[in-house]
Amino acid sequence: MNLPQRIAQWWVHGQTWPGASWTRRLLVVVALALLPFLLEAVAGRAWVRIADIALIYAMLAVGLNLVVGFAGLLDLGYVAFFAVGAYAYGLLASPQFGIHASFLLLLPLGAIAAACFGVLLGAPTLKLRGDYLAIVTLGFGEIIRIFLNNLNQPVNITNGPQGVTLIDPLLLGSFSFGKPHSMLGVTVAPVHAYFYLLVCMVALSMLVARRLQNSRIGRAWAAIREDETAARAMGIDTRNLKLLAFALGATFGGVAGGLFAAVQGFVSPESFTLQESVMILCMVVLGGMGHVAGVVLGAIVLTALPEALRVVGPLQKAAFGHVWIDPADLRMMLFGLALIVMMRWRPAGMWPAPGWARRTPSAVGSKPQVAARGRDDAP
Amino acid sequence: MDIFIQQLVNGVVLGSIYALVALGYTMVYGILGLINFAHGDLVMVGALSALALLKVCLAVGLGLPASLALATLGAVLLCGGLGVLIERVAYRPLRSAPKLAPLITAIGVSILIEYGAAMIWSKQYLALPPVIQSTTWQLAGAAITDLQVAIVVMASVLMAGLLWLIRATPLGVAMRATEQNAEVAGLMGIDTHRVIAITFLIGSGLAALAGIMVLLYYGVAHYFMGFMLGLKAFTAAVLGGIGSVPGAMLGGLLLGLIESLGAGYVGELTGGVFGSNYRDVFAFIVLILVLVLRPAGLLGTASGERA
Amino acid sequence: MTLLEARGIAKRFGGVNALDGVSLAIGKGQIYGLIGPNGAGKTTFFNCLTGLYRHDAGRFWLDGVELDTRSPDRVVKSGIARTFQNIRLFAGLSVLENVMVGRHARSGVGALGAVLDTRAFRAEETAVRARALELLGYVGLQARRDEPARNLPYGDQRRLEIARALATDPRLLALDEPAAGMNATETAVLRTLLERIRADGVTLLLIEHDVKLVMGLCDRVAVLDFGQLVIEGEPDTVRRDPAVIAAYLGATVGDAP
Repeated sequence: MNLPQRIAQWWVHGQTWPGASWTRRLLVVVALALLPFLLEAVAGRAWVRIADIALIYAMLAVGLNLVVGFAGLLDLGYVAFFAVGAYAYGLLASPQFGIHASFLLLLPLGAIAAACFGVLLGAPTLKLRGDYLAIVTLGFGEIIRIFLNNLNQPVNITNGPQGVTLIDPLLLGSFSFGKPHSMLGVTVAPVHAYFYLLVCMVALSMLVARRLQNSRIGRAWAAIREDETAARAMGIDTRNLKLLAFALGATFGGVAGGLFAAVQGFVSPESFTLQESVMILCMVVLGGMGHVAGVVLGAIVLTALPEALRVVGPLQKAAFGHVWIDPADLRMMLFGLALIVMMRWRPAGMWPAPGWARRTPSAVGSKPQVAARGRDDAP
Repeated sequence: MDIFIQQLVNGVVLGSIYALVALGYTMVYGILGLINFAHGDLVMVGALSALALLKVCLAVGLGLPASLALATLGAVLLCGGLGVLIERVAYRPLRSAPKLAPLITAIGVSILIEYGAAMIWSKQYLALPPVIQSTTWQLAGAAITDLQVAIVVMASVLMAGLLWLIRATPLGVAMRATEQNAEVAGLMGIDTHRVIAITFLIGSGLAALAGIMVLLYYGVAHYFMGFMLGLKAFTAAVLGGIGSVPGAMLGGLLLGLIESLGAGYVGELTGGVFGSNYRDVFAFIVLILVLVLRPAGLLGTASGERA
Repeated sequence: MTLLEARGIAKRFGGVNALDGVSLAIGKGQIYGLIGPNGAGKTTFFNCLTGLYRHDAGRFWLDGVELDTRSPDRVVKSGIARTFQNIRLFAGLSVLENVMVGRHARSGVGALGAVLDTRAFRAEETAVRARALELLGYVGLQARRDEPARNLPYGDQRRLEIARALATDPRLLALDEPAAGMNATETAVLRTLLERIRADGVTLLLIEHDVKLVMGLCDRVAVLDFGQLVIEGEPDTVRRDPAVIAAYLGATVGDAP
């Protein structure tokens, strides 16, 4: 089979890339080890930083995919859990309260805090129709930002809009991720060290997600996504399993938040807007709902997008002598458009989950009727 | 006591606007089972387009009443058309798709409209020219403007009109039939696509009018103003019982009151720990409480009237 | 020996009494038919029994133990499985995955076990897969195990739904119009399958409109009309009952040219 055929197989039929083997895995590891240095040599250190951020988003996308892709629940405020994790780390490892706890303690703490918020939010909502979750999470995403913005008085907790600064870098034993290190004659800068750590974290997230997907739990989520009533009738406690998906998704967000705080060195409410939630959703939808590797790819592509769009400003200036569309706004418009277009023409995403093609309905067409609302179903 | 009455008045005005927007959510939800996230953004488009038209009309020397009427007409037509277009292009092809697809599409449409508006009208807060002179009356220690009265009266008339339309006209019967069972309604010769399009048209037109009321009341408009307003209006619809038209009206009014009184008294009640900058939180708390305590809403029952 | 006993089951929708104090008893190993005109309350009875609806009054006992119908998953764990009138498969999942989902209530490794890939998890996965394959063989669908459920022809979908229900190890299998929409050949195959399931020790409760199938297959038949039990007994007795002829069969006979 030649390359175009392979690509056709993969793209059209949604099959796995043929020929997975240990040599290929080894190649991937070597490539990832060299990547930050290559990136720095070719495009500059700023791009290594962008790669770090892309990896954090990849973790977020994998986490949101548990909720949206696996269980079929729409979470429009996912960034709130990211914020909980980031502030948990930022507040307890910075001069804000003068506490400098270890990240080995803080990452699990952030994860648990995020999961608790997830349960608090999901418990009243998830026993109801699935789409209430969308609006409740949408609201929650905004509410958490209002609190972060305003909890600087009467007691200063979050430091308000200024955010928390001088957050400790990660410290593993005596190895600080905040300082450059010399190893085997190579200087490893903080951005490089974080890159390796984050690659490991993303790989771990993917492993966890994949194992969940191919388990009794993952099958139950898929059943709920396909037909909730039938899932209930098959003995699945749908409410608890939906809550589990939601809480696990939140956990991923919390961990990613802690790492984000450490990598950035500061957090402020501005990093946790609705736009961020929409972007993470876009990563999942574009990458391929339910496909772990696909959403990681989606995260990487969409994190790089704003950098690519940066040329749009000067380009407009050159062409019209005036910047009509701010690149950041253009990015959001493209996200909105992408969500609409993908749902209409390619709901499985750019890189569909293996075996998805066989799952497409044989006849996609709109029947002249309204979506079934399950009037015969249980209340 | 004066503050109480003042907040009551403000709450009723705010509530009337919420109710108008909530109607759009509840009508679409009733008929399609879809949360139309873009609905709040149509309010924004209504406000910003009316503002732009008003400025043009005034600039060419038309009088205030004529300018206002033209701006209103233009904004309602624009939003109505936009609503129908959204339904036709984005939602209709997804009627038989899995439930997640139209929801994701709806959030996509919402984002697209917001940033489209940012491109057209910039991200600034745009102020209404100081052309509206409102008279203030004193009533039981509270200040009431004629603008406030006009908003409440207008909203009431519109809502009464909608109720009449749904209950007493052939179109209303077709709408209720489609809501009950679209397939059967289709078999009975009702063009359900058309009924759904009309539902979007009416809901979007009401959204435009609500947008104009917000513009006149607060004097500013902004590309992101539809987001929080939409969220609150949806909360109002859930509070009243989603799918129920009278419920949306009641829910809107109640939410307006809760928010006004809450924002007015939260400082006192919490000893100054929380201030009125938390006013947006009230709607959210109401939403969660309703979902926990009475998910069907105040007027929503299995056999309750819906439209 | 009675397997399922229902006593005074009532369910009201608004002002309509969908079920008005229905009592019946199903013996172990029986094939029990529930018939009646459209809207008589048959599916409502199923939904109450399987916990999809909460009934307003009455109680169920399964093998002498009161049945907890507060949620469908508890009912399944107690040993009752069902199929749906309008087939409800997990359309996007493969045939095999559909049946594997049915094993959910009979397996127990949680998220942590799956993530850590424990020995118990692997053993359970192997067992679940083996049992699912066995059941696919039982209903004759093993060859199509990797196809998505939605690609199956109608009759196969019905049988897959039965296999999925059997995967929950039910003592009572409740089938809502299993022969609906089937041609004579498919019905005959179904009939053989149902008799085999009974022979393997599962009690069957079925709603069915195909009178010939019900009368030929069932040991006992109950007739519902307007939410009330009209008569209950052996097929021959029921067939001759004037009230049944009036309520149900009579209409069929009367309609015949």
